[in-house]
Amino acid sequence: MLEVFTWLADWLVYGVAGLNPESKLGTSLHFFVEDTTKIFALLVVMIYVIALMRASLDLERVRHYIQQKNRFAGYGLGAGFGAITPFCSCSSIPLFLGFTSAGIPLGITMAFLFTSPIINEVAVIMLWSLLGWEFTLVYIAIGMGVGIGGGMILDALKGERWLKDFAAKAYQQAAEAPLSDEPAPEAPTLTMKDRHTFAWNELKEIVERIWKWVIIGVGLGAALHGFVPDGWFADNLGSGQWWNVPVAVLAGLPLYSNATGVIPVMESLILKGLPVGTTLAFCMSTVAASFPEFIMLKQVMKWRLLAIIFVILLVNFMIVGWVINLLSPWLFSGFH
Amino acid sequence: MKKIEVLGTGCKKCVTTAEQIESVAGKLGIEIEVEKVTDPAAIMGYKVMSTPAVAIDGKLVHSGSVPDSGKIEAMLKA
Repeated sequence: MLEVFTWLADWLVYGVAGLNPESKLGTSLHFFVEDTTKIFALLVVMIYVIALMRASLDLERVRHYIQQKNRFAGYGLGAGFGAITPFCSCSSIPLFLGFTSAGIPLGITMAFLFTSPIINEVAVIMLWSLLGWEFTLVYIAIGMGVGIGGGMILDALKGERWLKDFAAKAYQQAAEAPLSDEPAPEAPTLTMKDRHTFAWNELKEIVERIWKWVIIGVGLGAALHGFVPDGWFADNLGSGQWWNVPVAVLAGLPLYSNATGVIPVMESLILKGLPVGTTLAFCMSTVAASFPEFIMLKQVMKWRLLAIIFVILLVNFMIVGWVINLLSPWLFSGFH
Repeated sequence: MKKIEVLGTGCKKCVTTAEQIESVAGKLGIEIEVEKVTDPAAIMGYKVMSTPAVAIDGKLVHSGSVPDSGKIEAMLKA
């Protein structure tokens, strides 16, 4: 079904514009047209459909659900809900405080916040269409793993010691109070029309927020695709030496993008022969460790905790890079 | 005079919410005073998890989205 977009790009770039399929400009432009049309078409349909389904999911109910579970299930649930809950980074502080003041351990709340930028429906749709389902599943597993692992380490270190005082106090009060057996907040009853309104608003809002990222991301990906010779990474970086991974993580740090912008770039990097693990490490570092978001967390955390979280994330990304590079001959046999 | 607080850590949607409320109130001829609350501790005090949220005279009336003009009208008249 997705070949339609290849045909469209063939027709527009080689037919209407008359570019040579062998030329750098021709290949780049073809990549750009094919990927942007494909991504936008899929996004519009899928965001709407998914929003219809999750119109009744709200944070109060998610919180109640996590609160009732034991701690170890909690990490998985935190990361899982982080992946599926619609969530804008400007809500991270109220969410953080809402969870903390309900006595949910710091590590579980952070599992939610770590996973949230890495996995969302837009990222999954793009990965699936550009890199296939095997890669998408590995990506989801890694995103969840980074969240769960990061959260567990934070709790093992007793990170809540370094919350800002008002947040630490709220947490302590809630943790000491007996678990309330309040019933779960009721699911709102929604008519089909309510769901449609919700989904339509979501669609408008998400597309408005990400369209630039798609264009920039695919544009960069297209440029890489057309102008960087095949095998360039292998020739210049060596293929898969261990130090490539930390370098990729550090290189991703100052770049601030969301998953939408970085996925088309990933596609090109992998096609040009950058090892998959190294590429993923770079991508995660760009998406999940961004300075603007860290500065936001400063409102509820002391510097020490921020620094610890930062280091945990970086180390996690490096481990992801190394492990995936090691496993990739088995994981992606059909890929190269 | 109603005191309206728009709760949120300062994203664009909170600004939009405040503007919308002012414009609806202007149309209805209701006198209000709008304040944007960005202090995390104050937001926590209202037990709000999704912003933007709106409180009128200290009572939370809306959270999680930019309210549409119909909802704003209902809030202001209540």
